[in-house]
Amino acid sequence: MTNAWTDIKNTDLVVVMGGNAAEAHPCGFKWVTEAKHHRGAKLIVVDPRYTRTASVSDYYAPIRQGTDIAFLNGVMKYCIDNGKVQWEYMKAFTNAAYIVKDDFAYHDGLFTGYDPEKRDYDKSSWDYVLDEEGFVTSDPTLQHPRCVWNLLKEHLASYTPEMVERICGTPKDKFLKVAEMISECSTPTKTMTSMYALGWTQHSHGSQNIRAMAMLQLILGNIGVRGGGMNALRGHSNIQGLTDLGLMSHLLTGYLTMPSEKDVDFTTYMKSREFKPLVKGQTSYWQNYKKFMVSFQKSMWGDKAQAENDWGFNYLSKLDVPAYDVLRMFELMYQGKVNGYICQGFNPLLAFPNRAKNTEALSKLKFLVTMDPLETETSRFWENHGDFNDVDTAAIQTEVFQLPTTCFAEEEGSLTNSGRWLQWHWAGGTPPAEAKHDTYIVAQIFLRMRELYKTEGGAFPDPVLDLTWDYADPNEPTPEELAKEINGRALTDLMDPTDPTKLLVAAGKQVVNFSQLRDDGSTASGCWIYSGCFNEQGNNMARRDNHDPDDTGAYLNWTFAWPLNRRTLYNRASADLNGKPWDPTRKIIEWDGAKWSGYDVPDIAPTAKPGEVGPFIMNQEGTARLFSRGLMRDGPFPAHMEPFESPVANVFNPKMRGNPVSRIFQTDADQLGTSAEFPYAATSYRLTEHFHYWTKHNRVNSALQPEFFVEISVELAEEKGIDNGGWVRVWSKRGSIKAKAVVTRRIRPLICDGKPVHIVGIPLHWGFTGSAKKGFGPNSLAAFVGDANIDTPESKAFLVNIEPSTAPKDKELVS
Amino acid sequence: MNLDLSRRSFLKLAGAGVAATSVGAMGFGEAEAAEAAHVRPFKLATTTETRNTCPYCSVACGVILYSKGDLRKGEKADIIHIEGDADHPTNRGTLCPKGAALKDFVKSPTRLQYPMHRKPGSDKFERISWDQAFDRIARLMKDDRDANFTATNNAGLPVNRWSTTGMLAASATTNETAWATFKFAKSLGIVGFDNQARV
Amino acid sequence: MTNSLQMDSPRTAVSNPPVQAMDSNLGERDLVRRSATSDLPPPERQLTAVAKLIDVSKCIGCKACQSACVEWNDTHPGVGENVGVYTNPHDLTEDMFTLMRFSEWINPETDNLEWLIRKDGCMHCADPGCLKACPAPGAIVQYSNGIVDFIHENCIGCGYCVKGCPFNIPRISKADHRAYKCTLCSDRVAVGQGPACAKACPTQAIVFGTKDDMKKHADERIADLKSRGYANAGLYDPQGVGGTHVMYVLHHNDKPHIYADLPDDPKISGVVQAWKGATKYVGLATMGFLAVGAALHGVFAKPNRVSHEDEEGAEEVLKDKLGGQSEERA
Repeated sequence: MTNAWTDIKNTDLVVVMGGNAAEAHPCGFKWVTEAKHHRGAKLIVVDPRYTRTASVSDYYAPIRQGTDIAFLNGVMKYCIDNGKVQWEYMKAFTNAAYIVKDDFAYHDGLFTGYDPEKRDYDKSSWDYVLDEEGFVTSDPTLQHPRCVWNLLKEHLASYTPEMVERICGTPKDKFLKVAEMISECSTPTKTMTSMYALGWTQHSHGSQNIRAMAMLQLILGNIGVRGGGMNALRGHSNIQGLTDLGLMSHLLTGYLTMPSEKDVDFTTYMKSREFKPLVKGQTSYWQNYKKFMVSFQKSMWGDKAQAENDWGFNYLSKLDVPAYDVLRMFELMYQGKVNGYICQGFNPLLAFPNRAKNTEALSKLKFLVTMDPLETETSRFWENHGDFNDVDTAAIQTEVFQLPTTCFAEEEGSLTNSGRWLQWHWAGGTPPAEAKHDTYIVAQIFLRMRELYKTEGGAFPDPVLDLTWDYADPNEPTPEELAKEINGRALTDLMDPTDPTKLLVAAGKQVVNFSQLRDDGSTASGCWIYSGCFNEQGNNMARRDNHDPDDTGAYLNWTFAWPLNRRTLYNRASADLNGKPWDPTRKIIEWDGAKWSGYDVPDIAPTAKPGEVGPFIMNQEGTARLFSRGLMRDGPFPAHMEPFESPVANVFNPKMRGNPVSRIFQTDADQLGTSAEFPYAATSYRLTEHFHYWTKHNRVNSALQPEFFVEISVELAEEKGIDNGGWVRVWSKRGSIKAKAVVTRRIRPLICDGKPVHIVGIPLHWGFTGSAKKGFGPNSLAAFVGDANIDTPESKAFLVNIEPSTAPKDKELVS
Repeated sequence: MNLDLSRRSFLKLAGAGVAATSVGAMGFGEAEAAEAAHVRPFKLATTTETRNTCPYCSVACGVILYSKGDLRKGEKADIIHIEGDADHPTNRGTLCPKGAALKDFVKSPTRLQYPMHRKPGSDKFERISWDQAFDRIARLMKDDRDANFTATNNAGLPVNRWSTTGMLAASATTNETAWATFKFAKSLGIVGFDNQARV
Repeated sequence: MTNSLQMDSPRTAVSNPPVQAMDSNLGERDLVRRSATSDLPPPERQLTAVAKLIDVSKCIGCKACQSACVEWNDTHPGVGENVGVYTNPHDLTEDMFTLMRFSEWINPETDNLEWLIRKDGCMHCADPGCLKACPAPGAIVQYSNGIVDFIHENCIGCGYCVKGCPFNIPRISKADHRAYKCTLCSDRVAVGQGPACAKACPTQAIVFGTKDDMKKHADERIADLKSRGYANAGLYDPQGVGGTHVMYVLHHNDKPHIYADLPDDPKISGVVQAWKGATKYVGLATMGFLAVGAALHGVFAKPNRVSHEDEEGAEEVLKDKLGGQSEERA
């Protein structure tokens, strides 16, 4: 989230699209009801289903899953055509005026440079025309035909309300009503917030869904302001934290990135990351990359990371592919190329698409280790449960370790919420039987492996032997020790750069925040963006002062928010070119002639004069990008792409299937179904009564939503002879499941490209362990293909067929 | 007292004395009208409070754990109730249907108790000690790493990739656990390392 | 912050419960009504009337109220099955005192679907039909703050409260043959806390406080709804039962029945209402007879109810005392 949950109360319009906040984040959604109650805010829901969020909305419009880009491009076009643009903001704070290279173009659903063999673009034309100094050329009057603004208008031209209706199935009048309501938020004193979740990410073009809304928000002037922003409602309690800390194949901590094979040495690695400003005089914050990177390496390997050895650069893996993401790993596993796998609090058997493939993949492992407080389907993937898990147990040669861990109530530490608040919590219960903390388990395996490397040697043991593990009790590092390590400390006395006689931080003391980190090896910090969380003032994540001066929703003294305790990202953009708030009633910060100050930590150097330094300091331009250059694999503008499995062809290019640059493995391409065989558009989702596959272990939640079901319209039920509450079979090219049918008016058929499209809704909470009735999940059916930029599986749009059926059989009944 | 009076005996009594105008005739004289009006004893009295955060979604609602026994005093603590923390700025004491039932996640009958091991081809889990589990896992991992580690690429560049063992990290663990896990996985060169953010 | 117990009744549910041992603020001295008791002394003091207000227009149907209710009251609802609806369990039970009832309603004026979700449960009537119907002395009581509570030790499981309730709320336990329903969390209210459901409710669609405050809050909500085009938005505080201590804000207050058959004009059954003093016991017997006469319909059709022997007993009583007159009451 750019903003915080508590900030949503400041909005005038909430758009829930690509998510279902009331259902998946009820207590965050509270702030929507607050905005409605106390500000008279309106709520719009755009979703294939009339959800629980829709049930309290002011306006609902249906949409076919996977067509959000067309809808949002249509809204952008509507706003621009009707002059509903926050002109001053857009001109000054975005790259609208920059001139783009002449050979960049878009035709037939594709941008310049497409190579169908490589399924990739040559992106060299997707860039600005730079002057001789390497700075952008621009036309602030927006007259130049090749400026971003005019190219954007050209790109959006085809997204008329009629086209939106044709692609999305949203009736034109409903689309126009939504567009009109959104366009009202283009004034400086009216703002809109976007609340989205996996309804946008789980598509082969998920990143572009989000980008389209971000662009709309920039055009309306809604980024960086109170009650505005792009608010990703993250799934798990610490999914934000694990992303921030880089527990991903392609990441290091704090969005530093893993080196690739192209990064032959540290200098080369740094060259492509220390972005130089593209506009004269701008702050390009990543110019500090080296300080964070060296401090990270020092945190990992201490004295073994020295200038002489490129700060231990060679201890890091160098990737030969963009990422060993989960789809790639399960493909490799399926090919028999993976031997061992550790699942810590993760249930991939139910989480990843194409369960049959995943079962086969897991069966090829030599060993599987699971760490979890609860039984999981993954740890029992080898166990036969009749129709619910029809495996040949004896043939599965995988050795499995099921390790019991503690749960939240029995452990201490911090979690990072969607709003980037790092909140500390304390243990209040004794763990059951022999359950152990994850940290203990990880430490034990690590220490034993390290001991083996010490005694036996082996493959490149240095990064393992040299890893910093100087905890008071190496067997179980404490949360406090680890938090302090993440924050970082001075390794030698740090003197003030402006006054070398003045001691800033004494050796061994915690740095106050990342502004004190250095690239000369004198500081260590595990994760720069978290620096400030546990400094010499103490554990800032444990702060519990819930005062909120003037009720802005900032709560600056409640726990700690990254970065630097800032609550609203890009908050410099809440003020105009002179540093005055666009909306005085919604001030965040203000320029007082000498410095920025206000209710939040300014997202700009406190003394950076307005008009001189742009608000988007993480970009080389200092502005936000309506045109994203070559930074995304599938285009600098969002363009309509169909899901890989779609009931209709792409109207811009009927031959194009899915995202033209998404990676798809051959076996998975062979397993894509067509609408002739699988006529119905399926989607997956959460229900409010359950959390993923955990709460089916809970008797209370199991009572509230006991049994797996799918949802279909009254029309489809009539067509197929399906009874409400009766059994159905649903199948795709990859699998077949049985479920109870919930026949509802909340789903209605859509007319897309002239033909009716029926939607089948499949919630995801059931499996074969726990208290609830045994059931299936949508992942038995979904396609094994992901987003072009980040490889998030396309779990929200795939094709199925459906028929009336009988109850599935459990093992006992089968034998 | 008539606490155990069943309906049947009530009806019989009623049959005998229904014409009477006082309830006493029904066997429920005021004096013995059983329990005085009272409410359930307040079950959180003398419990220990601990501030925690809901482990489910990313709203991260503040919760209070109520336990019999206090961990901070070195006692065994048995959680008897969990409720929203009204002091928390985000949730203000409220909880969703998952959060409101957290106690029954903590106390789920399918909470794992002991390390378990499934032998290749077996149809069951068997108890194993932590030491046995750790030693065996470390052995399996090291053997795999040593056998399949990619130290350099064709150009001789050190690439340090261990791609034959992967790890999924848990996005419900704390940042501190995540950092320890990160150090573990990245130092070993595990490249197939992801968390729920990927899906 | 905990409510000051200086106040006789809590003003909100949004506070953290106390953990120190405290005396209960609700007891015999606060009773204004007591089942099957004609000579109840007046209460020693008058507590401020409390109420739970359920704003249906804010409710997202998340069932946090159900969850919180189960956890607070330590009930054990079973895991049922899906029968094509979101309402789970499918009815109130002795282990589920409150239930979200889901209705899909197409608004004939707009042709738009409205998903009406109503939290069902005891309304805590000012004029409680259950209490009036109850033959067991002290099994149902009404405190001066408006809470209608069951004293289970005194309950004989006859089920008359079910028959007497215009909202069909109480349920008889199959395990201990006693009647159960929402207590308005009387144990929490007694220490200055609001009900568990109101504390949990994520959108604060359920709020709790004094009845006066809740009515004021409802006015605010109704004005907001009217501004959003719900011309018939209003407060459901039915006077047929003397008003209730659980009230609804409805977007369509002109037709409560669209909300899963919420009675448009609930009233205590004429049979129960007519009972006064001595006739009550005759009436009870009548009711038993009527139930038999109705071929075991209604409450008496439910399992674990009256045995055949009991029914015969009741019938005999009736015959003895009333002859055939009772049938006229039907």
